[in-house]
Amino acid sequence: MDSCVKIINEWDIVAARQLGRNVAKDLGFGTVDQARITTAISELARNIYLYAGQGQVCIEKTEAVGKTGLIIISEDQGPGINDLRKVMEDGFSTSGGLGAGLPGVKRLVDEFTIESNPGEGTLIKAIKWLR
Amino acid sequence: MGFRDVMHEKYKEILESYMEDQNEQALYLSQKFSRKSIEYKISPEEIISIHKTALMELEAERSDSVMPSFDILLEVMMGYGLAYREHQSLRTIQQELKSEIEVAANMQQTLLGTQIPDVDCLDIGAISVPARQMSGDYYHFVQDEQGAVSVAIADIIGKGIPAALCMSMIKYSMDSLPEGRHEPYQVLESLNRVVEQNVDPTMFITMFYGMYNTINHTFYYSSAGHEPGFFYNHETKEFEELYAKGLLLGVDKKTKYRQFEKRVDVGDVILLMSDGVTECRTEEGFIEVDTLIGYIEKYIHLEAQEIANKVYKELEYLQDFQLRDDFTLIILKRIK
Repeated sequence: MDSCVKIINEWDIVAARQLGRNVAKDLGFGTVDQARITTAISELARNIYLYAGQGQVCIEKTEAVGKTGLIIISEDQGPGINDLRKVMEDGFSTSGGLGAGLPGVKRLVDEFTIESNPGEGTLIKAIKWLR
Repeated sequence: MGFRDVMHEKYKEILESYMEDQNEQALYLSQKFSRKSIEYKISPEEIISIHKTALMELEAERSDSVMPSFDILLEVMMGYGLAYREHQSLRTIQQELKSEIEVAANMQQTLLGTQIPDVDCLDIGAISVPARQMSGDYYHFVQDEQGAVSVAIADIIGKGIPAALCMSMIKYSMDSLPEGRHEPYQVLESLNRVVEQNVDPTMFITMFYGMYNTINHTFYYSSAGHEPGFFYNHETKEFEELYAKGLLLGVDKKTKYRQFEKRVDVGDVILLMSDGVTECRTEEGFIEVDTLIGYIEKYIHLEAQEIANKVYKELEYLQDFQLRDDFTLIILKRIK
Protein backbone atom coordinates (compact mmCIF):
# COMPACT_ATOMS: atom_id res chain seq x y z
CA MET A 1 0.00 0.00 0.00
CA ASP A 2 1.34 3.39 -1.01
CA SER A 3 1.36 5.57 2.08
CA CYS A 4 1.53 8.94 0.36
CA VAL A 5 -0.95 10.90 -1.73
CA LYS A 6 0.12 13.71 -4.00
CA ILE A 7 -2.14 16.71 -3.66
CA ILE A 8 -2.66 18.49 -6.94
CA ASN A 9 -6.39 18.89 -7.33
CA GLU A 10 -9.32 18.86 -4.97
CA TRP A 11 -10.11 15.18 -5.51
CA ASP A 12 -6.73 14.26 -4.13
CA ILE A 13 -8.03 15.49 -0.80
CA VAL A 14 -10.60 12.70 -0.90
CA ALA A 15 -7.92 10.15 -1.74
CA ALA A 16 -5.85 11.36 1.22
CA ARG A 17 -8.87 11.07 3.49
CA GLN A 18 -9.55 7.56 2.25
CA LEU A 19 -5.99 6.50 2.86
CA GLY A 20 -6.12 7.98 6.35
CA ARG A 21 -9.38 6.26 7.15
CA ASN A 22 -8.07 2.89 6.00
CA VAL A 23 -4.93 3.16 8.05
CA ALA A 24 -6.88 4.42 11.09
CA LYS A 25 -9.36 1.58 10.83
CA ASP A 26 -6.59 -1.00 10.48
CA LEU A 27 -4.87 0.35 13.55
CA GLY A 28 -8.10 0.01 15.51
CA PHE A 29 -9.21 3.63 15.98
CA GLY A 30 -12.86 4.11 16.91
CA THR A 31 -15.31 5.95 14.67
CA VAL A 32 -14.94 9.32 16.37
CA ASP A 33 -11.15 9.19 16.21
CA GLN A 34 -11.33 8.04 12.61
CA ALA A 35 -13.41 11.10 11.85
CA ARG A 36 -10.92 13.31 13.70
CA ILE A 37 -8.01 11.87 11.78
CA THR A 38 -9.71 12.29 8.42
CA THR A 39 -10.77 15.81 9.27
CA ALA A 40 -7.18 16.66 10.17
CA ILE A 41 -5.96 15.13 6.91
CA SER A 42 -8.63 17.02 5.01
CA GLU A 43 -7.54 20.33 6.50
CA LEU A 44 -3.87 19.75 5.81
CA ALA A 45 -4.48 18.56 2.27
CA ARG A 46 -6.79 21.47 1.65
CA ASN A 47 -4.16 23.93 2.82
CA ILE A 48 -1.74 22.43 0.32
CA TYR A 49 -4.32 22.60 -2.46
CA LEU A 50 -5.36 26.18 -1.63
CA TYR A 51 -2.10 27.83 -0.66
CA ALA A 52 0.84 25.80 -1.92
CA GLY A 53 -0.55 24.53 -5.22
CA GLN A 54 0.90 21.10 -4.72
CA GLY A 55 2.54 18.84 -2.21
CA GLN A 56 1.91 15.54 -0.54
CA VAL A 57 0.33 13.97 2.49
CA CYS A 58 1.76 10.75 3.91
CA ILE A 59 0.10 8.58 6.49
CA GLU A 60 1.98 5.96 8.43
CA LYS A 61 1.84 3.87 11.53
CA THR A 62 4.13 5.16 14.22
CA GLU A 63 5.31 3.70 17.48
CA ALA A 64 6.74 5.04 20.70
CA VAL A 65 7.40 3.46 24.05
CA GLY A 66 4.31 1.47 24.87
CA LYS A 67 2.01 3.11 22.35
CA THR A 68 0.95 2.90 18.76
CA GLY A 69 -0.38 5.69 16.66
CA LEU A 70 -0.84 7.23 13.28
CA ILE A 71 1.34 9.98 11.89
CA ILE A 72 0.27 12.42 9.20
CA ILE A 73 3.08 14.17 7.37
CA SER A 74 2.07 17.04 5.16
CA GLU A 75 4.74 18.55 2.98
CA ASP A 76 4.84 21.21 0.31
CA GLN A 77 7.28 23.53 -1.42
CA GLY A 78 4.82 26.38 -1.52
CA PRO A 79 5.24 29.98 -0.36
CA GLY A 80 5.56 28.98 3.30
CA ILE A 81 4.10 30.78 6.25
CA ASN A 82 5.42 34.13 7.32
CA ASP A 83 3.97 34.43 10.77
CA LEU A 84 3.50 30.99 12.32
CA ARG A 85 2.30 32.44 15.56
CA LYS A 86 -0.50 34.21 13.80
CA VAL A 87 -1.77 31.17 11.89
CA MET A 88 -1.68 29.13 15.07
CA GLU A 89 -3.88 31.70 16.77
CA ASP A 90 -7.50 30.79 17.42
CA GLY A 91 -9.99 32.74 15.42
CA PHE A 92 -7.45 33.81 12.80
CA SER A 93 -8.32 31.45 9.98
CA THR A 94 -11.80 30.41 11.01
CA SER A 95 -13.35 33.83 11.03
CA GLY A 96 -13.59 33.89 7.25
CA GLY A 97 -15.24 30.48 7.15
CA LEU A 98 -12.03 28.89 5.89
CA GLY A 99 -12.46 25.85 8.09
CA ALA A 100 -10.81 24.61 11.23
CA GLY A 101 -7.41 25.99 10.35
CA LEU A 102 -4.17 24.79 11.87
CA PRO A 103 -5.27 25.34 15.48
CA GLY A 104 -8.20 23.05 14.67
CA VAL A 105 -5.87 20.36 13.34
CA LYS A 106 -3.70 20.73 16.41
CA ARG A 107 -6.73 20.13 18.59
CA LEU A 108 -7.76 17.03 16.69
CA VAL A 109 -4.47 15.24 17.24
CA ASP A 110 -2.16 14.51 20.17
CA GLU A 111 1.09 15.87 18.82
CA PHE A 112 1.62 18.58 16.29
CA THR A 113 4.78 20.14 14.88
CA ILE A 114 5.16 22.66 12.11
CA GLU A 115 8.18 23.97 10.27
CA SER A 116 7.86 26.61 7.65
CA ASN A 117 10.18 28.99 5.91
CA PRO A 118 8.94 31.69 3.56
CA GLY A 119 9.79 30.71 0.02
CA GLU A 120 10.71 27.17 0.95
CA GLY A 121 7.51 25.48 1.97
CA THR A 122 5.88 23.91 4.97
CA LEU A 123 6.29 20.60 6.80
CA ILE A 124 3.69 19.52 9.30
CA LYS A 125 3.70 16.36 11.39
CA ALA A 126 0.65 15.34 13.35
CA ILE A 127 0.30 12.24 15.50
CA LYS A 128 -2.78 10.62 16.98
CA TRP A 129 -2.15 7.91 19.55
CA LEU A 130 -4.38 4.91 20.03
CA ARG A 131 -6.03 5.02 23.41
CA MET B 1 -16.18 6.27 38.12
CA GLY B 2 -16.23 9.40 36.02
CA PHE B 3 -18.91 10.56 33.68
CA ARG B 4 -16.87 9.54 30.68
CA ASP B 5 -16.94 5.91 31.76
CA VAL B 6 -20.67 5.72 32.33
CA MET B 7 -22.00 8.10 29.69
CA HIS B 8 -22.51 5.34 27.14
CA GLU B 9 -24.65 3.33 29.53
CA LYS B 10 -26.51 6.38 30.75
CA TYR B 11 -27.30 7.54 27.26
CA LYS B 12 -28.46 4.09 26.27
CA GLU B 13 -30.84 3.94 29.23
CA ILE B 14 -32.38 7.29 28.31
CA LEU B 15 -32.71 6.29 24.68
CA GLU B 16 -34.22 2.94 25.51
CA SER B 17 -36.79 4.46 27.80
CA TYR B 18 -37.77 7.08 25.26
CA MET B 19 -38.08 4.63 22.39
CA GLU B 20 -40.46 2.60 24.47
CA ASP B 21 -43.07 5.25 25.18
CA GLN B 22 -41.79 8.71 24.20
CA ASN B 23 -42.06 10.01 27.75
CA GLU B 24 -41.23 13.56 28.76
CA GLN B 25 -39.08 12.36 31.59
CA ALA B 26 -36.59 10.85 29.18
CA LEU B 27 -36.42 14.17 27.39
CA TYR B 28 -35.74 15.91 30.66
CA LEU B 29 -33.02 13.39 31.41
CA SER B 30 -31.53 14.12 27.99
CA GLN B 31 -31.36 17.77 28.87
CA LYS B 32 -29.53 16.92 32.05
CA PHE B 33 -27.24 14.62 30.12
CA SER B 34 -26.42 17.42 27.75
CA ARG B 35 -25.50 19.75 30.58
CA LYS B 36 -23.30 17.10 32.10
CA SER B 37 -21.57 16.28 28.84
CA ILE B 38 -20.80 19.94 28.25
CA GLU B 39 -19.35 20.08 31.71
CA TYR B 40 -17.09 17.15 30.87
CA LYS B 41 -16.18 18.68 27.51
CA ILE B 42 -17.72 15.92 25.44
CA SER B 43 -17.75 17.13 21.85
CA PRO B 44 -20.80 17.00 19.55
CA GLU B 45 -19.29 14.34 17.31
CA GLU B 46 -18.76 12.12 20.32
CA ILE B 47 -22.43 12.42 21.21
CA ILE B 48 -23.35 11.22 17.75
CA SER B 49 -21.04 8.29 18.10
CA ILE B 50 -22.61 7.46 21.46
CA HIS B 51 -26.03 7.67 19.87
CA LYS B 52 -25.06 5.39 17.04
CA THR B 53 -23.50 2.82 19.32
CA ALA B 54 -26.47 2.83 21.68
CA LEU B 55 -28.91 2.47 18.80
CA MET B 56 -26.95 -0.42 17.38
CA GLU B 57 -27.00 -2.20 20.69
CA LEU B 58 -30.71 -1.60 21.20
CA GLU B 59 -31.96 -2.44 17.73
CA ALA B 60 -29.32 -4.55 16.11
CA GLU B 61 -31.79 -6.13 13.70
CA ARG B 62 -33.24 -3.04 11.97
CA SER B 63 -30.23 -0.83 11.94
CA ASP B 64 -28.80 -1.52 8.50
CA SER B 65 -30.43 1.30 6.63
CA VAL B 66 -30.18 3.97 9.31
CA MET B 67 -26.75 3.33 10.73
CA PRO B 68 -24.56 4.60 7.89
CA SER B 69 -26.44 7.89 7.97
CA PHE B 70 -24.81 8.64 11.31
CA ASP B 71 -21.41 8.66 9.66
CA ILE B 72 -22.55 11.63 7.59
CA LEU B 73 -24.00 13.32 10.64
CA LEU B 74 -20.82 12.69 12.57
CA GLU B 75 -18.69 14.14 9.81
CA VAL B 76 -20.88 17.20 9.58
CA MET B 77 -20.75 17.70 13.34
CA MET B 78 -16.96 17.49 13.29
CA GLY B 79 -16.74 21.12 12.20
CA TYR B 80 -19.17 22.17 14.90
CA GLY B 81 -17.10 20.28 17.42
CA LEU B 82 -14.01 22.20 16.37
CA ALA B 83 -15.84 25.50 16.45
CA TYR B 84 -17.07 24.60 19.92
CA ARG B 85 -13.60 23.84 21.18
CA GLU B 86 -12.26 26.98 19.63
CA HIS B 87 -14.98 28.94 21.34
CA GLN B 88 -14.01 27.41 24.66
CA SER B 89 -10.40 28.34 24.25
CA LEU B 90 -11.26 31.86 23.11
CA ARG B 91 -13.39 32.20 26.18
CA THR B 92 -10.45 31.34 28.39
CA ILE B 93 -8.34 33.89 26.56
CA GLN B 94 -11.05 36.48 26.97
CA GLN B 95 -11.17 35.86 30.69
CA GLU B 96 -7.42 36.26 30.93
CA LEU B 97 -7.58 39.53 29.02
CA LYS B 98 -10.36 40.72 31.21
CA SER B 99 -8.44 40.13 34.40
CA GLU B 100 -5.35 41.73 32.87
CA ILE B 101 -7.39 44.82 32.09
CA GLU B 102 -8.73 44.82 35.61
CA VAL B 103 -5.21 44.89 36.95
CA ALA B 104 -4.36 47.70 34.55
CA ALA B 105 -7.44 49.62 35.60
CA ASN B 106 -6.45 49.33 39.24
CA MET B 107 -2.97 50.53 38.38
CA GLN B 108 -4.47 53.44 36.56
CA GLN B 109 -6.51 54.38 39.58
CA THR B 110 -3.40 54.38 41.75
CA LEU B 111 -1.39 56.25 39.17
CA LEU B 112 -3.92 58.97 38.67
CA GLY B 113 -5.07 59.26 42.22
CA THR B 114 -5.37 62.85 43.33
CA GLN B 115 -6.26 64.30 46.65
CA ILE B 116 -8.95 66.88 46.97
CA PRO B 117 -7.29 69.91 48.59
CA ASP B 118 -8.48 70.99 51.96
CA VAL B 119 -9.00 74.76 52.02
CA ASP B 120 -11.25 76.73 54.32
CA CYS B 121 -12.98 78.84 51.72
CA LEU B 122 -13.77 76.07 49.25
CA ASP B 123 -15.93 73.00 49.28
CA ILE B 124 -14.68 70.72 46.54
CA GLY B 125 -16.29 67.59 45.11
CA ALA B 126 -15.27 65.32 42.25
CA ILE B 127 -16.58 62.22 40.57
CA SER B 128 -15.03 60.34 37.69
CA VAL B 129 -16.52 57.17 36.27
CA PRO B 130 -15.09 55.33 33.28
CA ALA B 131 -17.44 54.08 30.57
CA ARG B 132 -15.37 50.92 30.23
CA GLN B 133 -12.81 49.60 32.64
CA MET B 134 -10.19 52.18 31.89
CA SER B 135 -10.80 55.88 31.79
CA GLY B 136 -9.76 58.45 29.23
CA ASP B 137 -10.73 61.27 31.55
CA TYR B 138 -8.26 62.82 33.89
CA TYR B 139 -8.46 65.30 36.67
CA HIS B 140 -5.93 66.53 39.10
CA PHE B 141 -5.71 69.00 41.94
CA VAL B 142 -2.65 70.90 43.05
CA GLN B 143 -2.39 73.21 46.01
CA ASP B 144 0.55 75.56 46.20
CA GLU B 145 2.19 77.15 49.21
CA GLN B 146 0.36 80.44 48.79
CA GLY B 147 -2.90 78.56 49.06
CA ALA B 148 -3.99 78.66 45.44
CA VAL B 149 -5.88 75.58 44.31
CA SER B 150 -5.28 74.46 40.75
CA VAL B 151 -7.46 71.99 38.98
CA ALA B 152 -6.89 70.25 35.69
CA ILE B 153 -9.50 68.30 33.83
CA ALA B 154 -8.67 66.55 30.58
CA ASP B 155 -10.38 64.29 28.13
CA ILE B 156 -8.61 62.13 25.64
CA ILE B 157 -10.67 61.83 22.50
CA GLY B 158 -11.29 58.13 22.32
CA LYS B 159 -11.96 55.60 25.01
CA GLY B 160 -10.49 52.56 26.61
CA ILE B 161 -6.90 51.44 26.73
CA PRO B 162 -5.34 53.76 24.12
CA ALA B 163 -6.84 56.74 25.86
CA ALA B 164 -5.70 55.47 29.24
CA LEU B 165 -2.14 55.03 28.03
CA CYS B 166 -2.15 58.52 26.61
CA MET B 167 -3.39 59.89 29.85
CA SER B 168 -0.52 58.47 31.86
CA MET B 169 1.73 60.61 29.72
CA ILE B 170 -0.25 63.74 30.55
CA LYS B 171 0.01 62.91 34.19
CA TYR B 172 3.78 62.63 34.05
CA SER B 173 4.25 65.77 32.02
CA MET B 174 2.21 67.64 34.58
CA ASP B 175 4.27 66.18 37.39
CA SER B 176 7.47 67.23 35.69
CA LEU B 177 6.50 70.88 35.36
CA PRO B 178 9.02 72.92 37.36
CA GLU B 179 8.06 73.73 40.92
CA GLY B 180 6.25 76.91 41.71
CA ARG B 181 3.09 78.57 40.61
CA HIS B 182 2.04 78.29 37.01
CA GLU B 183 -0.53 80.35 35.28
CA PRO B 184 -3.14 78.21 33.54
CA TYR B 185 -2.14 79.39 30.08
CA GLN B 186 1.49 78.46 30.79
CA VAL B 187 0.54 74.97 31.86
CA LEU B 188 -1.47 74.41 28.70
CA GLU B 189 1.26 75.78 26.47
CA SER B 190 3.86 73.55 28.01
CA LEU B 191 1.64 70.46 27.88
CA ASN B 192 0.74 71.24 24.32
CA ARG B 193 4.39 70.98 23.36
CA VAL B 194 4.74 67.61 25.07
CA VAL B 195 1.62 66.22 23.45
CA GLU B 196 2.54 67.54 20.04
CA GLN B 197 5.89 65.78 20.21
CA ASN B 198 4.82 62.51 21.74
CA VAL B 199 1.37 61.60 20.69
CA ASP B 200 0.08 60.07 17.54
CA PRO B 201 -1.44 62.81 15.38
CA THR B 202 -4.79 61.04 15.38
CA MET B 203 -5.09 61.40 19.11
CA PHE B 204 -6.35 64.62 20.60
CA ILE B 205 -6.59 65.83 24.11
CA THR B 206 -8.74 68.57 25.47
CA MET B 207 -7.94 70.18 28.77
CA PHE B 208 -9.30 72.81 31.05
CA TYR B 209 -6.93 74.26 33.57
CA GLY B 210 -8.05 76.55 36.32
CA MET B 211 -6.46 78.18 39.32
CA TYR B 212 -8.45 79.46 42.24
CA ASN B 213 -6.68 82.23 44.10
CA THR B 214 -7.83 81.91 47.69
CA ILE B 215 -6.67 85.42 48.58
CA ASN B 216 -8.51 87.49 45.99
CA HIS B 217 -11.14 84.81 45.28
CA THR B 218 -10.63 84.92 41.58
CA PHE B 219 -10.68 81.91 39.33
CA TYR B 220 -8.14 82.08 36.49
CA TYR B 221 -8.58 79.62 33.69
CA SER B 222 -7.63 78.58 30.19
CA SER B 223 -9.00 75.91 27.95
CA ALA B 224 -7.57 73.75 25.19
CA GLY B 225 -10.73 72.90 23.32
CA HIS B 226 -12.31 71.48 26.43
CA GLU B 227 -15.97 71.33 27.26
CA PRO B 228 -16.85 74.71 28.79
CA GLY B 229 -17.60 74.67 32.47
CA PHE B 230 -20.48 76.39 34.22
CA PHE B 231 -20.52 79.17 36.76
CA TYR B 232 -23.40 79.48 39.18
CA ASN B 233 -24.02 82.95 40.53
CA HIS B 234 -25.47 82.55 43.97
CA GLU B 235 -26.92 86.06 44.10
CA THR B 236 -28.78 86.00 40.80
CA LYS B 237 -29.36 82.21 40.95
CA GLU B 238 -28.24 82.06 37.35
CA PHE B 239 -25.91 79.80 35.46
CA GLU B 240 -23.48 81.02 32.87
CA GLU B 241 -20.96 79.26 30.71
CA LEU B 242 -17.31 79.60 31.69
CA TYR B 243 -16.33 80.79 28.28
CA ALA B 244 -12.81 79.96 27.12
CA LYS B 245 -11.58 79.33 23.67
CA GLY B 246 -8.43 77.46 22.69
CA LEU B 247 -7.07 74.85 20.33
CA LEU B 248 -6.87 71.18 21.38
CA LEU B 249 -3.57 69.97 22.77
CA GLY B 250 -1.22 68.45 20.26
CA VAL B 251 -2.43 70.15 17.11
CA ASP B 252 0.15 72.88 16.73
CA LYS B 253 3.18 73.26 18.94
CA LYS B 254 3.10 77.06 18.71
CA THR B 255 -0.42 77.40 20.07
CA LYS B 256 -0.91 80.23 22.56
CA TYR B 257 -3.67 80.03 25.12
CA ARG B 258 -5.71 82.89 26.43
CA GLN B 259 -6.40 83.22 30.08
CA PHE B 260 -9.72 84.27 31.51
CA GLU B 261 -10.75 85.19 35.01
CA LYS B 262 -13.84 85.18 37.09
CA ARG B 263 -14.52 86.72 40.45
CA VAL B 264 -16.11 84.24 42.86
CA ASP B 265 -18.33 85.28 45.76
CA VAL B 266 -19.57 83.25 48.68
CA GLY B 267 -22.11 80.71 47.48
CA ASP B 268 -20.94 80.79 43.88
CA VAL B 269 -20.17 77.46 42.28
CA ILE B 270 -17.76 76.45 39.53
CA LEU B 271 -18.60 73.27 37.65
CA LEU B 272 -16.07 71.59 35.38
CA MET B 273 -16.82 68.51 33.37
CA SER B 274 -15.83 66.16 30.59
CA ASP B 275 -17.95 65.69 27.49
CA GLY B 276 -19.31 62.49 29.01
CA VAL B 277 -21.50 64.82 31.05
CA THR B 278 -22.74 67.19 28.39
CA GLU B 279 -22.92 64.58 25.67
CA CYS B 280 -24.91 62.22 27.79
CA ARG B 281 -27.01 60.40 25.25
CA THR B 282 -30.44 59.03 25.67
CA GLU B 283 -32.67 57.36 23.12
CA GLU B 284 -33.87 60.76 21.98
CA GLY B 285 -30.35 62.08 21.44
CA PHE B 286 -28.05 64.29 23.46
CA ILE B 287 -29.51 65.90 26.51
CA GLU B 288 -30.10 69.60 26.32
CA VAL B 289 -27.90 71.96 28.29
CA ASP B 290 -31.02 73.22 30.04
CA THR B 291 -31.88 69.72 31.18
CA LEU B 292 -28.39 69.29 32.57
CA ILE B 293 -28.55 72.66 34.30
CA GLY B 294 -31.92 71.67 35.66
CA TYR B 295 -30.38 68.67 37.42
CA ILE B 296 -27.51 70.72 38.75
CA GLU B 297 -29.86 73.44 39.99
CA LYS B 298 -31.92 70.86 41.82
CA TYR B 299 -28.93 69.93 43.99
CA ILE B 300 -26.95 73.18 44.04
CA HIS B 301 -27.69 73.81 47.71
CA LEU B 302 -26.00 70.56 48.75
CA GLU B 303 -22.35 69.95 49.57
CA ALA B 304 -20.05 69.84 46.54
CA GLN B 305 -19.47 66.11 46.64
CA GLU B 306 -23.17 65.48 47.08
CA ILE B 307 -23.98 67.62 44.03
CA ALA B 308 -21.49 65.63 41.95
CA ASN B 309 -22.84 62.28 43.15
CA LYS B 310 -26.48 63.22 42.68
CA VAL B 311 -26.00 64.66 39.19
CA TYR B 312 -24.12 61.54 38.20
CA LYS B 313 -26.93 59.33 39.52
CA GLU B 314 -29.52 61.30 37.56
CA LEU B 315 -27.60 61.08 34.31
CA GLU B 316 -26.76 57.45 34.85
CA TYR B 317 -30.44 56.73 35.27
CA LEU B 318 -31.28 58.80 32.21
CA GLN B 319 -28.92 56.67 30.12
CA ASP B 320 -30.28 53.39 31.44
CA PHE B 321 -27.09 52.83 33.44
CA GLN B 322 -25.01 52.52 30.30
CA LEU B 323 -22.36 55.19 30.11
CA ARG B 324 -21.26 55.79 26.56
CA ASP B 325 -18.39 58.00 27.50
CA ASP B 326 -16.18 58.54 30.52
CA PHE B 327 -17.85 60.84 33.00
CA THR B 328 -16.06 63.40 35.14
CA LEU B 329 -17.60 66.22 37.09
CA ILE B 330 -15.75 68.59 39.41
CA ILE B 331 -17.44 71.09 41.68
CA LEU B 332 -15.86 74.01 43.52
CA LYS B 333 -18.11 75.90 45.84
CA ARG B 334 -16.98 78.99 47.72
CA ILE B 335 -18.28 78.63 51.26
CA LYS B 336 -16.62 81.60 52.96
